[in-house]
Amino acid sequence: MPHAFLFLTVLAYSLSLASYLRFLYTGRELAGRLGTALLFLGLVAHYFALWERSRGLHTVPYHDLYGSMSLFGWLLALTYLVLEFYHRQRSVGPFVVAFILAFFLASHLAPAGRMAPTPARGPVFAFHVTLSILAYAAFALSFVLSLIFLLENRLLRHRKVGDVVWRLPPLELLERMSQSSVLIGLISIAIGTVLGFIWVDRLTGQYWYYDPKYVITLLVLLLYAVYLGLARSAAWRGPRASRFCIFNFFVVVLSFTVVNFFLSHSHRYF
Amino acid sequence: MEIVLVGLNHRTAPVEVRERVSFNADQARRAADQLRARGLLEETLVLSTCNRSELYGVPPEASHESAPGLSSFLSEFHSVRPELLSAALYHHYDRAAVRHLFRVSAGLDSLLLGEAEILGQVREAYRFAHELGATGPVLNRLFQGALEVGKRVRTETELGTRPMSVAAAGVKLAERIFGKLAERTALVLGAGAISEQVVSTLRDRSIAHLFVMNRSRESAEALAQQFGATVVEWGQWDAALRKADVIVSSVSSTEPVLLRRVLEAAMSARGNRALFLMDLGLPRNIEAAAADLYNVYIYNIDDLTGIVQQNRQARESEVPRAEAIVEDHVSKFLSWQASVELVGLVEALRSRLREERAAFLSARLSALQHLSIADQERMHALIDELLERLLVEPAERLRGERQLRRKIQNVEALRDLFLPDREKS
Repeated sequence: MPHAFLFLTVLAYSLSLASYLRFLYTGRELAGRLGTALLFLGLVAHYFALWERSRGLHTVPYHDLYGSMSLFGWLLALTYLVLEFYHRQRSVGPFVVAFILAFFLASHLAPAGRMAPTPARGPVFAFHVTLSILAYAAFALSFVLSLIFLLENRLLRHRKVGDVVWRLPPLELLERMSQSSVLIGLISIAIGTVLGFIWVDRLTGQYWYYDPKYVITLLVLLLYAVYLGLARSAAWRGPRASRFCIFNFFVVVLSFTVVNFFLSHSHRYF
Repeated sequence: MEIVLVGLNHRTAPVEVRERVSFNADQARRAADQLRARGLLEETLVLSTCNRSELYGVPPEASHESAPGLSSFLSEFHSVRPELLSAALYHHYDRAAVRHLFRVSAGLDSLLLGEAEILGQVREAYRFAHELGATGPVLNRLFQGALEVGKRVRTETELGTRPMSVAAAGVKLAERIFGKLAERTALVLGAGAISEQVVSTLRDRSIAHLFVMNRSRESAEALAQQFGATVVEWGQWDAALRKADVIVSSVSSTEPVLLRRVLEAAMSARGNRALFLMDLGLPRNIEAAAADLYNVYIYNIDDLTGIVQQNRQARESEVPRAEAIVEDHVSKFLSWQASVELVGLVEALRSRLREERAAFLSARLSALQHLSIADQERMHALIDELLERLLVEPAERLRGERQLRRKIQNVEALRDLFLPDREKS
């Protein structure tokens, strides 16, 4: 079957989403574990689906928009699994897997255009791209976590304690998870950017030529660093910091869309 | 089969009867000794809590007539008239007895559906009887099964997870905000009965620091002493509010005790760290306007009562799932009873014999060099046939053993004698 991995991925992610939802609504530990296992299976199948797609098109995943989106979804799944294991908390699973599935479907079910074979650009470039997309995935994760924080906070503040509140993670843990996610993002975007400059340097022999992508990336880096600082400050801790984190992600989306499509010369799809 | 249960509980007997038939540790020990000495039971276990007194046992003869003897033993042991007891006592045999115990340890038979204490009490009763040597292979297995059921029901259903009292609901809500309370500080205003309940729950959830504040210092100190808390002078808001993450207030006062401006000042002093307040006073102790302060969560008695109501319904909807787990383990226990792991034992013995044969022959292989490969294999097969014959006959006899206790004892003896270095399954 030519698209076996594609179907397997969709199947695994969908079942994982269903299991996580079941876990959230019924609180059955077994359903939660099943969700994690299926997400892991989906991650593996997704990897091969990416590989299959790249081979079929003779390109790297990040050569086109759909490929970058799929890679983004894969890295989101990876980051989420790491956080889930680290914080031993899986009740945000359904929210995150819904995102992952959406990205996967949007990227793999869309018709992939015929593309010219990608020129080989070497490992530095590959790491630059992968780390940058990883950073965006981590930022997306912190965005989702902050949204859940605000939702739960709202319910608790207004004393609307229904079934779901008992199963969501404690507010404090959501904050910490969001912060660890941002930290992962910051580290990978910093390394990824440095690698990007090294690659450009090799290519052109100069470190700097103006590209709006540099400015917005620097801005993203700065904003998230400020978020990490503010999240521990008196005036901002709690819901305000979460709102700020959500705002930051809109800047990331801006960088992904407007800047890539209309402004940047060298960054089309990541 | 041969398990018998005789007992009474909160549904069949009023407290006046229950208290007369309850067992303390010493009585439980004496009862176990007497029951065995008189030949009424070979294995016994007494489960006695404030809601039930139950006697579990394995009689020497497999029959369905051991309950009357146990009933009269109970009335004699506790000097209660048999007429008084007979109305309150229930008895079950075998499957029904197994199911009853499993439902008890699941919390399905409790006054407060799904309460957690009973599992600890079953564990304690089992440990006690086991150390006494009163239990044997049947009750050991039965009670290990009961503990397993209790654990599964508590992890796989929500029968026991939802808080069922105002105090528990408040503390659980605090955990929704802070996560584990192990590094948190609580301040308790007032020293009445409800404060005591909350303090006890907070201690159970291993809160790090506890402060008590009360208009009368005396009762504050009594409460503090009971739970290892620190007393703070009434009215010293600044210091107390700065440290506390959880505040519980149940002061009888016509005016609010905690005003918005006091809390506002406290919040800025504590750098806006989240503050959770349970207002259990009537009239309310906390000025209502304080609810809009940043990072402040206030729950009053009505909010918490509403949550408890909700949870009661949620718990009841979990009963079928808990019952299913109980049934699952009942049939597991019964099928264990039927087979007593004979299959595993025979397999283990067989592989042990094969190993012995292989080691035996290989040690003597040099003397058999003249035999052809085919002959050697034929010899292996012959020896195996002999060993199999030696094994099968006792195994069949063991399988046919009708008395469960004897069967288990024989299985264990075989294990001890032939498989001493293998772990018992």
